Amino acid sequence: MAEINMITGLSVAGILFALGLVGVLVRRNIIFILLSIEIMLNACGLAFIVVGSALKQPDGQVMYFFILAVAASEMAIGLGLILNFFHKYKTLDTNVLNQMRG
Amino acid sequence: MTIVFYISAFIAVFATLAAITRMNPVHALLYFILSLLAVGVIFFVLGAPFVAALIVIINAGAIMVLFVFIIMMVNQGKHTIEQERKWTHPKLWLAPGFLAVVLLIEIIYVLIHANQATTGPEVISPTQVGTALFGPYMLAVELVSMLLLVGLLGAHHLARESHVVKNRAEEDNDG
Repeated sequence: MAEINMITGLSVAGILFALGLVGVLVRRNIIFILLSIEIMLNACGLAFIVVGSALKQPDGQVMYFFILAVAASEMAIGLGLILNFFHKYKTLDTNVLNQMRG
Repeated sequence: MTIVFYISAFIAVFATLAAITRMNPVHALLYFILSLLAVGVIFFVLGAPFVAALIVIINAGAIMVLFVFIIMMVNQGKHTIEQERKWTHPKLWLAPGFLAVVLLIEIIYVLIHANQATTGPEVISPTQVGTALFGPYMLAVELVSMLLLVGLLGAHHLARESHVVKNRAEEDNDG
């Protein structure tokens, strides 16, 4: 509907991706790391939609559908891992994972 | 419609910025849900109503509710925020922030020299998306269904009750 320069849309996706990257690098709480990964996946999806809209093809939306499935299964596995991690170490600090053996 | 795009883009960026800087996980999660809804508006404005509905129902609805449950289950009580402050020292933001900004400037520099296309005025209807999904992308849809099955089995294996109960029993013996 709106006619926006593709560069603007892709820049928004890039900014969101960079914010997610900073979140992964800075935070030590494993929940925030997972949230930042979700931010990055969502930014990738936004880039696909912008390009799909510029090329007037449905393929961008199809790719977003796949990204959503990947994000959903990644969240299910990641949250299961967090639950196990928390039950074992009683903390959410990722630095504790250095001490994992085997 | 262009102004709607810019407003929701600003909301998305600021909500994401708030989400990665909050100390309380629940506040961060709510800011991220706000960011997802703003991105949903962007999708709608860009002529992708099917995906706008998907992001609200699946991403902001299902996945974020899963997150809320996990935050409730691993809640560490009142000292969560002080502990989080201790973990994310303000100085820690400098180096990764600088590097990410450099990367972002590079991406935007490359984009400026790329194809100057504009997003179309057409709406790509759910019918077209469905036709593409079950036409040329048939095999990929099957693979995604396998991926979701693997995710289901993995989540069941990792978070099954006997595992957790066994760990608790071990602790009781230790204590």
